[in-house]
Parts: sequence; C-alpha cells; structure tokens
Amino acid sequence: MSAILTAAHVSVRFDDYLALDDVSMAVAPGASFGLVGESGSGKSTLLRAVAGLAPVAAGQITVDGQPLRGARRSRDFYRRVQMVFQDPYGSLHPRQTVDRALLEPLAVHGFGDSDARIRRALDEVGLGASFRFRYPHQMSGGQRQRIAIARALILEPQILLLDEPTSALDASVQAEVLNLLEQVRRERGLTFVMVSHDLGVVTHMCDRLAVMQAGRIVEELAAADLARGAVTSDYTRRLMVASKGFVRAEAV
Amino acid sequence: MTLLNVENLRVHYPTRTGLIEAVRGVSFTLGRERLGIVGESGSGKSQTGRAIMGLTPPSALITADRMDYAGIDLLRASDRQRRALRGGRIAMVLQDPKYSLDPVMTIGRQIAETLRTHSRVSASEARNRALDMLEAVQIRDPARVYDLYPHEVSGGMGQRAMIAMMLIAGPEMLIADEPTSALDVTVQLEVLSILDRLVRERGMGLIFISHDLRLVSSFCDRVLVMYAGRVVEEIAAGDLDRAQHPYTRGLIDCVPKIGEDRHPLPVLDRKPEWAK
Repeated sequence: MSAILTAAHVSVRFDDYLALDDVSMAVAPGASFGLVGESGSGKSTLLRAVAGLAPVAAGQITVDGQPLRGARRSRDFYRRVQMVFQDPYGSLHPRQTVDRALLEPLAVHGFGDSDARIRRALDEVGLGASFRFRYPHQMSGGQRQRIAIARALILEPQILLLDEPTSALDASVQAEVLNLLEQVRRERGLTFVMVSHDLGVVTHMCDRLAVMQAGRIVEELAAADLARGAVTSDYTRRLMVASKGFVRAEAV
Repeated sequence: MTLLNVENLRVHYPTRTGLIEAVRGVSFTLGRERLGIVGESGSGKSQTGRAIMGLTPPSALITADRMDYAGIDLLRASDRQRRALRGGRIAMVLQDPKYSLDPVMTIGRQIAETLRTHSRVSASEARNRALDMLEAVQIRDPARVYDLYPHEVSGGMGQRAMIAMMLIAGPEMLIADEPTSALDVTVQLEVLSILDRLVRERGMGLIFISHDLRLVSSFCDRVLVMYAGRVVEEIAAGDLDRAQHPYTRGLIDCVPKIGEDRHPLPVLDRKPEWAK
C-alpha cells in the first residue's frame, strides 16, 4: 500500500515560534485520517502546510508520490486536493452568490459544462436549485457549510482537507453535515484528512488518527483502539476523560 | 428558598418584516441550585438569560406575568435599581473573554473596578480582594496577571479572570452563557470545576446556558430544554436518559460518541408541532 499523502519530518516556523516540530504522517488512498489536539497543538497548521498555506521550514510533503516544494502549489494540486474550513461565515464571499462561488473553481480550472456541474453539485450536498442564486447571509450555518463542501467537491478532487468542518455548527446540524461527508466519501472514494478537537467526531469519521500536542504528534492509533481505551500517551487519556463531560470532584 | 421567579416570559422584537418572537412564554423558578438551559442557536436560551439580566436592547418588547428576583420586580425596576443588581447581586459570564473583557484596561483593574462599583472599599483593599479572587480562580501568579492586559493571557486564563470579576462582588445568582464554548476541552473542565466549586461554596444560584446537552447534564441539577422560544421539556439532569420529548432525544442521539458505530448518525426530524 502506497500512501496518497505523506509528510516526513515537517517543521513549520512562524518567526520564533515553532508551530510544527518534526511531524510525519502517511495517509492511505481512500482512508480517513484524523488529527486531534487542543488549540495551538499544530493540527490545523499541519493541514495548512499540506495546502500550501503555512511556511514549511523543513521536511517534505508528498501527494501521490510527488514532492511539494515550499508553499507553491500547482493548479493541478488544487484540482486534486481541496479544503473545507471551519467557519462557514468566513469562508464564503459575502457579496457573491452561491452560483458565483461554485463557478469560480470551474473557471479557474477550465472545466466546461459548468451549468450542469453546478446543478449536480448542489444536488449532491442536499440543497436544491433554489439555493443557486442566494447570498451567504440568506442561508443558515449548516447550509453555508454545505456550499463550502460543494465548492470543494465540484473539482472532483481525490483528497479533502477538513479543518474543523462542524465545530461552528449546532449538534443536530453537525450530524447532518457529518453524514453528508461520509456519503460523498463512500460514493467518490475520497481520502479525508480531518482536524477536530472533538474525539467523538474524529472516531466517528476516521479509521486512524494522530493526537497532537505542542507541535508534535504524541500518538498515532486506530480509532477502534482509542474506543477500546488502548492508548499509550497520558495526553490522549486526558483528552478522552475531557470528552466524557464534567465530573464533579467528590464533595467533602 | 426561591431566588428567581419567571412566569410566562416573552421577548419580542418588532422588525420591518414583522414581529420576531425570540422567547415565547418561558416559566421557571431558581433556588440555590444549578439550572441548565439547553437548545440550539435561535432557541431563545440566551435571550432568556439576557432578559433576566436586563441586557435586552431597548427595541425589544419584554412581557411576563411575573419576573422577580429576591422580591424585586425586575419588570418594573428602575434603571438605577437594575444597575445596582447587575454585577452586584446578579452576575453574568459570557462566552468569549476576548470580547467580554475591556481590552485597554488591565485585568486586575477591571476586577477591582467591579468591586468598587458595588461596595465602598478603598483602592488598596479592592486591589487585595482582586488578588485574592484571582487566586480563588486558580491563577498561579495573581500579582503578575493583575497587571496584564486581556490580550496577553490565554482564553482559559481570560475566562477565569472573567469569573473572578463576576464573583468578586459576591452575587447570589450567576448567569453563565456558554462560559466554556470558546475553550479547549481540557481547559473547559478546569474552568467548570472552578465555577462549580465557587458556586457550591458560596451557595449561589446558577443558570448555565449552553448548546451542549451532555456537558450541561453533567454539571447541573436540572435542565430546561428549549426549542423555538419555548421550554419543551424540564428534566432532572440524572434522568436525561429517560427524556421523553423527541427533540431532547434527538439532541442526545445526534452526537457521535467514542466507541459507537452508528452510520449514518440519526438526524433531528423537526416536527412543526414542537414549536406550538
């Protein structure tokens, strides 16, 4: 099995701050890989480094065996790798209709048949044609996130980078969006790399996950092992305890 | 002993396109206990908290058959009475310390100011009590943090400072509106346990507003579940597994949990009659 996406000894530095410190991972084609950790652990930075949005100081990232250099990414890269961001309010242009937002990637990459593609993309994310000429402020958070997913899928990528795709949404809407993501992954054989601070969400969505802390991967394990509690690092254990909710200290 | 009595509270906003009914007839009482209010965005949970606090914008129409706090009729209270209550006897912790702390004032001065607004104490005593309070919220080096500005501390530390500020005047009731939603899971628990200890030690009444049903039920004694401006179910936190209302059940079921294999996740099938 050769990995579709690898990172080898990647470091990312912002001035004096080492955001990623010698991180390596490998994601198999068609797999769903999760990154968990608290804010500042570097999980989003790793995702952004893959997408060319963070300055890689050392190490190498490859997609489909081809090494990526620096922060430059070819047009072909963006056709194969697309990203969905956390905040559906911030990631859509407020003065562009859904139609414009979906047309843009098609135009950039020279796809023909854009009308049919936009209609199909809207159908696929469960929004009808009536949403096509709406502006972001005319939609709910869940609907906007569906548009962001449609925009990522419209180029028929192989890899989807998901940066906390549901943490700005209500629990009930989160379930809908997670179901949608699972469905498109199954139908298109996509590879997911998903960042989340919610262990429940990551174990639900991913087969394997890496736990990050302070710019390093402290543990990589299968989701099933995490569910069984077969974890080796204390930090992972702490995250698991935290995800179970508040436990009152015994009253004295 | 009942601290707060709310009967048939309604908060309406007149707009150009008609009346928005944010809260539609909410009733509950609060004693020295921890009450959770849970619901999705737009369910009216925060509007309920703000109406009690008197923070609703002037354009809103607030009506209630009864809304009183320790014998004070909140509907008829003057602005002056309201100001004395706010921060003094009723305090509120908001979601994000980045926005709820004054960015151009040091943390210590903000805390001391709250105290001096509500009681006659000297500047040096206010400083000492602010330092004590910072220590009570488990800030390790209170003297250093006292002189820091909000942007110089982390979210968890900012939220502790916020709690310190809210509790320094010794309120009897605390309204916490999503106090930990902006924080990391591990920090969340630290902040909650500080809040829990202080509320218990001081015998305060707490209204804990959140969208996270599981968190609320593990923290509170009693939970109100709100949907479309109404309370659809009231339940003891321990009995959450036995919730009756399909909306409450839906909220519990749609959250993915570690070690469960449910694909696809059940989603909420909203029924129009829930909103009636």
